Amino acid sequence: MKKTYKIEVDCANCANLMEDAARKTDGVASAVVNFMTQKMSVEFVEGQNPQSVMEAVRKACKKVEPDCEIAL
Amino acid sequence: MQGLVIIVLLAAVVLTAGFLLLFLGGRRGDMSGKQRKMMSRIFLSALILLGLELASAESFDLFDGLLFQGAGRGLRFVCYLADYLIIGYDILKKAAKGIKNGRVFDENFLMAAATIGAMALAIYENGEYLEAIAVMLFYQIGEWFQGYAVGKSRRNISALMDIRPDYANIEKNGRLERVDPDEVEAGSVIVVQPGEKVPIDGVILEGNSSLNTSALTGESLPREAGAGDEVISGCICMSGVLKIRTTKEFGESTVSKILDLVENASSRKSRSEDFISKFAKIYTPAVCYGALALAILPPLVRMLFMGLGAQWNVWIYRALTFLVISCPCALVISIPLSFFAGIGGASQQGILIKGSNYLELLSKTRTVVFDKTGTLTQGVFEVNGIHHNEIGDAKLIEYAALAESASSHPVGRSLLRAYGREPDRSRVSDIREISGNGVTAKVDGIEIAAGNDKLMKHLGIPYVDCHTAGTIVHMAVNGAYAGHIVISDIIKPHSKAAVSALKSSGVAKTVMLTGDSQKAAEQAAFALGIDEVYSELLPADKVEKVEALLGRKPEKDKLAFVGDGINDAPVLSRADIGIAMGAMGSDAAIEAADIVLMDDDPMKISKAIRISRKCLRIVYENIVLALAVKFVCLALGAVGIANMYLAIFADVGVMILAVLNAIRCLFVKKL
Repeated sequence: MKKTYKIEVDCANCANLMEDAARKTDGVASAVVNFMTQKMSVEFVEGQNPQSVMEAVRKACKKVEPDCEIAL
Repeated sequence: MQGLVIIVLLAAVVLTAGFLLLFLGGRRGDMSGKQRKMMSRIFLSALILLGLELASAESFDLFDGLLFQGAGRGLRFVCYLADYLIIGYDILKKAAKGIKNGRVFDENFLMAAATIGAMALAIYENGEYLEAIAVMLFYQIGEWFQGYAVGKSRRNISALMDIRPDYANIEKNGRLERVDPDEVEAGSVIVVQPGEKVPIDGVILEGNSSLNTSALTGESLPREAGAGDEVISGCICMSGVLKIRTTKEFGESTVSKILDLVENASSRKSRSEDFISKFAKIYTPAVCYGALALAILPPLVRMLFMGLGAQWNVWIYRALTFLVISCPCALVISIPLSFFAGIGGASQQGILIKGSNYLELLSKTRTVVFDKTGTLTQGVFEVNGIHHNEIGDAKLIEYAALAESASSHPVGRSLLRAYGREPDRSRVSDIREISGNGVTAKVDGIEIAAGNDKLMKHLGIPYVDCHTAGTIVHMAVNGAYAGHIVISDIIKPHSKAAVSALKSSGVAKTVMLTGDSQKAAEQAAFALGIDEVYSELLPADKVEKVEALLGRKPEKDKLAFVGDGINDAPVLSRADIGIAMGAMGSDAAIEAADIVLMDDDPMKISKAIRISRKCLRIVYENIVLALAVKFVCLALGAVGIANMYLAIFADVGVMILAVLNAIRCLFVKKL
């Protein structure tokens, strides 16, 4: 399953870091952060609950970029 | 001298920041709350710094006499420290968080380490605190500018591409009601008033209007539409009121598909983007270790092997300038911004590019392969000539049209079109269709035969062969040869110019593939100036031919295939870049192609290539500029020529230049 979330991030390098962090989160099959449209599309591993996975993704992103925001 | 420059610079910052706060801050949407707060901090901190600099270190020595020995020095430190914290507290906080989370080398840490180091050196020497604060100040100004400029251009580009309709009008009890387009079901009737966007694809039930399709195709000439015509969402209704029966849901409508495509385009990353993000991952740590080495190794070497003073402070200072240069932001921001601007500019011209990677591939296109019918020609067959005819052209066409009146074959249809009137079927009898040959029939009791050479041979009628290319319809009246009608496809008005424009924009080879006869194909190719022609191909043969062409060209040159997207899907996906034309409303084409031209003007192909070249040139300019300035400053910093001011220029100045350069990608109208 694939879902797109609105994000808020100020710098392009931070967006790259968020992408990395999201990819490494458990339950995420692939993730792409689009800095220009301020969107993150996440593909979830089969059978995972997107809500709880995204909580973890948000936590991981906050770790690399405290200023970022993901609208869940 | 340098002191004076800094004071002038600070004064400029104070004035600009004050101006921006007063005039720009008032307008909603221009500056976010965060940006406003940051700007206030920049203003305050620059003002205090300016005051402290004008007061000079000596004036603080007065406090020594008033209070106690060293009080002036302490007070001066406290004043500068307060200013430093005003401008940099968030950076310090983020740096601390970063370290706590096990991420050492981020830009916050770098700036924090560099400025704290510089402060420490200043305390030790009771010297220039200015440098640490100024570096932090300029860094924050750079970040602010980046946030502002990128945010603004992001919004501008998005606005260009914003063809999303906000509402749909539905008539209820004689009154119009605005509803969310998402809620309108397929088959409902919507009303579009002058000045509004058509929200959903459909068919016009009532009303006439001219439609502005420029947001979709880049074509500024309005199109007339009336009852029975299909309309595509995203067009703007200009004159009359239209009642439209929707044929699709909003999510399936053209406008949604296009938006989806363009918005996701910059998510497909190009090789240059991948290169830069990989590079950034290595670059920052490498420069940090370089800084560490620069701080420790030279003093040790001086002490142990050369018997000189270690000069720790000199080398630590040089190491700190390294840290300032090590931020990769200029590179990381400018590349995607360039691609995004290029894709945005192209979409405004009716050229939809599905990803940054395709923009990059397109710029390397050296071979363009065309499908003939519908791409270079209009794909509409028309009567193009009548030869060896003795009974009058109108009469011959009339006989032919009547004989073919029952036929659904394209040739029959074009004959009927040429006839121009509704055929009176009662005049026709005894129609016999001989498959693959033609028809024989009786018109007004006269024996008519219309068909190809096989039919003539079959009937034993001597015929005259034709020298022009196209489909030839031989005619026999009462068993005697009566001449032939030439039916052929018409070349689009811009096709020839488009082929030569491709040549002048660097395409080495143009190839045409067609299912048509060799004669027709060669004649068209000659007229258009195409280099190679392959004719009489079945759809599967086209894939084979493209594969052969792919195998023959050098690896780094790319091959683009241009088709009308209706039956070319396999070829479109097999080529390096598939370009579909005239795709308004054709879902299959939007799916299969990498680049979609919204109208069917072949000139757009060379335009797309020129846009991609311009965009890629700007990308390379930015990469080279940023890397060159950074490496030069690193080298100068290592030998002690570059100070921190130059270092902050290498970071912030280059970033600003790169962002401004990237915005140029948007201006593609005149290409």
